[in-house]
Amino acid sequence: MKKSHIFLLIVLASAVAILITTSREASTYVTFTEAYQMASQGNTRSIHVVGELKKNEQGEVVGIEPGADKVSFSFIMVDDNGREQTVFYNQPMPQDFMRSEKVVVIGRYKGNIFYAEKILLKCPSKYQENTVNV
Amino acid sequence: MHYFIGNLGHFFTVTSFVTALLAAFSYYRATRSQQPDIRQEWTTNGRIIFLIHSLAVLGTILSLFVIIYNHYFEYYYAYTYSDRRLPAHYLFSTFWNGQEGSFLLWIFWHTILGIILIRTNRFWEAPVLTVFAAVQAFLTSMILGVVIPGLELKIGSSPFILLRDAINDPIFTVQPDFIPADGQGLNPLLQNYWMVIHPPVLFLGFASTLVPFSFCLAGLWTRKYRDWIRPALPWAIFSGASLGLGILLGGYWAYETLNFGGYWNWDPVENAVYVPWLVLIASIHTMISFKNSQTALKASIVLVIAVFVLILYSTFLTRSGVLGDASVHSFTDLGLSGQLLIYLFFFLIAGAVLAGVRWKEIPSDEKEASVYSREFWIFIGASVLCLMGFQVLVPTSFPVVNKVAGWFGLNSNLATPADQVAFYSRFQLWFAVALALLSGVGQFFWWKKIDKKQLFKELYYPFLATLVLFILIITLTKIYQPAYLILLLASLFTISANFKILWSVFRNSPSLSGGAIAHIGVGLMLVGILFSSGYSRVVSLNNTGMLISRQLSEEFNRENLLLFVNEPREMFGYEIEYKGERIEPRHKKGYISKRDIEFTSNPYKVIARKDIYYKGRKLFNKGDEFEINPENTFYEIEFRKNGEVKFVQYPRVQVNPQFGNMASPDITRKVSLDLYTHVSAPMTEEAKQDWSEREEIRIKRNALFFANDYVARVEELMRVYNLAGEPLDSSFLAIKARITVEGERENYTAEPVLIFGTQSRGGLLADEIPELGLRFTLMNVHPQTDELTIGVESRQKDWVVIKALEKPWVNILWLGTALLMTGFGIAISRRFREFRLMREKGLE
Repeated sequence: MKKSHIFLLIVLASAVAILITTSREASTYVTFTEAYQMASQGNTRSIHVVGELKKNEQGEVVGIEPGADKVSFSFIMVDDNGREQTVFYNQPMPQDFMRSEKVVVIGRYKGNIFYAEKILLKCPSKYQENTVNV
Repeated sequence: MHYFIGNLGHFFTVTSFVTALLAAFSYYRATRSQQPDIRQEWTTNGRIIFLIHSLAVLGTILSLFVIIYNHYFEYYYAYTYSDRRLPAHYLFSTFWNGQEGSFLLWIFWHTILGIILIRTNRFWEAPVLTVFAAVQAFLTSMILGVVIPGLELKIGSSPFILLRDAINDPIFTVQPDFIPADGQGLNPLLQNYWMVIHPPVLFLGFASTLVPFSFCLAGLWTRKYRDWIRPALPWAIFSGASLGLGILLGGYWAYETLNFGGYWNWDPVENAVYVPWLVLIASIHTMISFKNSQTALKASIVLVIAVFVLILYSTFLTRSGVLGDASVHSFTDLGLSGQLLIYLFFFLIAGAVLAGVRWKEIPSDEKEASVYSREFWIFIGASVLCLMGFQVLVPTSFPVVNKVAGWFGLNSNLATPADQVAFYSRFQLWFAVALALLSGVGQFFWWKKIDKKQLFKELYYPFLATLVLFILIITLTKIYQPAYLILLLASLFTISANFKILWSVFRNSPSLSGGAIAHIGVGLMLVGILFSSGYSRVVSLNNTGMLISRQLSEEFNRENLLLFVNEPREMFGYEIEYKGERIEPRHKKGYISKRDIEFTSNPYKVIARKDIYYKGRKLFNKGDEFEINPENTFYEIEFRKNGEVKFVQYPRVQVNPQFGNMASPDITRKVSLDLYTHVSAPMTEEAKQDWSEREEIRIKRNALFFANDYVARVEELMRVYNLAGEPLDSSFLAIKARITVEGERENYTAEPVLIFGTQSRGGLLADEIPELGLRFTLMNVHPQTDELTIGVESRQKDWVVIKALEKPWVNILWLGTALLMTGFGIAISRRFREFRLMREKGLE
């Protein structure tokens, strides 16, 4: 075997090793039901849940509860299966939060409340926005 | 309605698209043609069309800028990303805030680079510009905004779209010509000077990767497999410098503006440019290796193609909306995903097919590289760089993997690990160690053909220097984590080894010192990152034993300080004191107490209540009217040592109804550390309005009275004729009381106003002293007894909660960056001189 072949093999092996370790450490997107089951089985890893903010018939966001001094807050999120869940976030409300059409919370259950460590927002694409400040 | 400018802009866009296609066709014919005169004709054709294309691009840009600059809010772009208050230089930020504008910026750089290539490089013009023009056709199609009739297929998203076509608001059916009075304004995060220069530099980096790619394809196409490297190399280095600088400026912006406390967050958007940059650096190394010893040609071809494809992939990731669930700040989806995919695959396939077809013809060195040859070490270094990028690329691509798996009916729900920073750092650290060691050892092989014995002789002094520095640093800084120790050791090694090289090279030929300087820069950057990120430490520790709030987490209570105004606390060896809320005048530099100004009905205009000084300089006279930016509040915090003021920080909170609240830090830079302070909880309006019940006191003028335990006195009563900057109607009579209060440090004045109306009801204008938590109201005057009734209310004094971090040795990172850029600069000029020499000899 030539040295360059050995070298190529080493590079390929490292690439495969990287693939395996990264996918092992990857978090997952789950529903609240799955997340709850994971937490009750003692799995403390943070996971991602995708959903929307709870809205009433007029399309207004409901269920936002400011925490003490307004530096934290909790809200109600509906996941893709329609399960509602109170999510607590230990930081001020992120920019564009109320406008978001989709929310991703990263965190885990502690008891019956989902504690988000991080919130990602997807804001409406430009053509769906349909109001103008008159 | 200004229809003309939009139509003109759109016309220019369409022209630029069509001319890009025509130029690509002409240059293609020129390249394919065998007869010199026909080739010349097509080349001239292509050149003229490319120039027209460039002018059309410039026209598009100017049209869009005219719309933004003149605030034509009938256009969606101006309405969404700017408003009338935006300072002129931020109108540039507006320009590249939207996807369309940033595409335009990218297209613009391509035209500039294309023109430079036409002017400097006749030999390669036709094939290289074929690739350029083809890329331009794809890019201009992204902003075309043309609907193909019959197919209902929309190509591109035009920046010249009218508001009424973009937004489906009922007002437009009632009043089609409706123009909003003002726009929605620029995201406050982007109102930062770094956001004026970061995007152009970054996109210059993006654009310049096209040059080596075009030369590579041109070389493969015209079967000049070896010759393309020389003209491509200075551009590849230029690209490495500009892309690297662009990335770092972005990091610097994040450091100064966002409050996550760092310059790098491993967000997918950041990763998407970091990966191509690593591969680009790898390709520069293999290209240099080829130039010196004719090895690694195939590797160079593969890497140069990979860089450009990765740039397209990163464009796809950030602009197609596929990262929507994974990134904090990707662009919104414009529905361009399909177009972006075609763009990506076109050049991926073109590159792969061309390289594949020609693969057998590409000369390669059959000789085995010796372990003691520089080629061997460079090749290992390039591989490590690629693997380093691969490790970041895999998790960043999870959203794409999920989507593709979905097409095949598989359920994949991979997500990047929740703690991205820890996850990536853990891997990248070891790659960095490997790179540092390789760049230290490799440089010796580079400059000297040496064997094992000689190598150890050469490395003796660098080893010694490394050890001495290492021991010195660890005794001073007390680093204990094994991984960090190894990284520190490796970085110090590359610094000392390259310093030795620099020493010997610089004496003979300074123009060759680029590599050594750049590698020293990288070593310093690693040390800077190690300390500033690895040993970043919260210094605002709450040692009072009192919770800020029971509802907040233990961590928040531990790591944040509650500061009441004028009450000193201990922090980081300083006595710190919160002095109150400040605002910034728009046209002068300085911070002004909110107590010293009178607000008017216009939130942007205020009146000075007294002569205003900042740092001993007079800013305004009493009664001056001036503009402020009401969104921004600064919290003045004084840092003292032994009673002497050392420095003052002004962390900022922006309140913007459109975008929410945003805290930005203030950073005090010292040689060995940055002190990074941001507001973690400003006093809320509710807390500010939480007044006690009003206590009414009837007293004589000049008599002393107690207001919430402070000694106060009504000094003067006077009639006023102006209120909030407006002259008072003659049917009103207004009386102002000047009340002085003796605070702990100084005296404060409050001036409540009592208004009598002859025809309508009067009113009471209270005045507050937030520093003391007091509010006075002039309730009544009793001229018979020369008495007056004062209402006194109290609340908590003003407060703010801050978090402060120590970032040690962040300056080493910036110094390393500067050296890296210097190294790049020296290398570019050297390689360009080489190229010019060859051209003068008529060889290229």
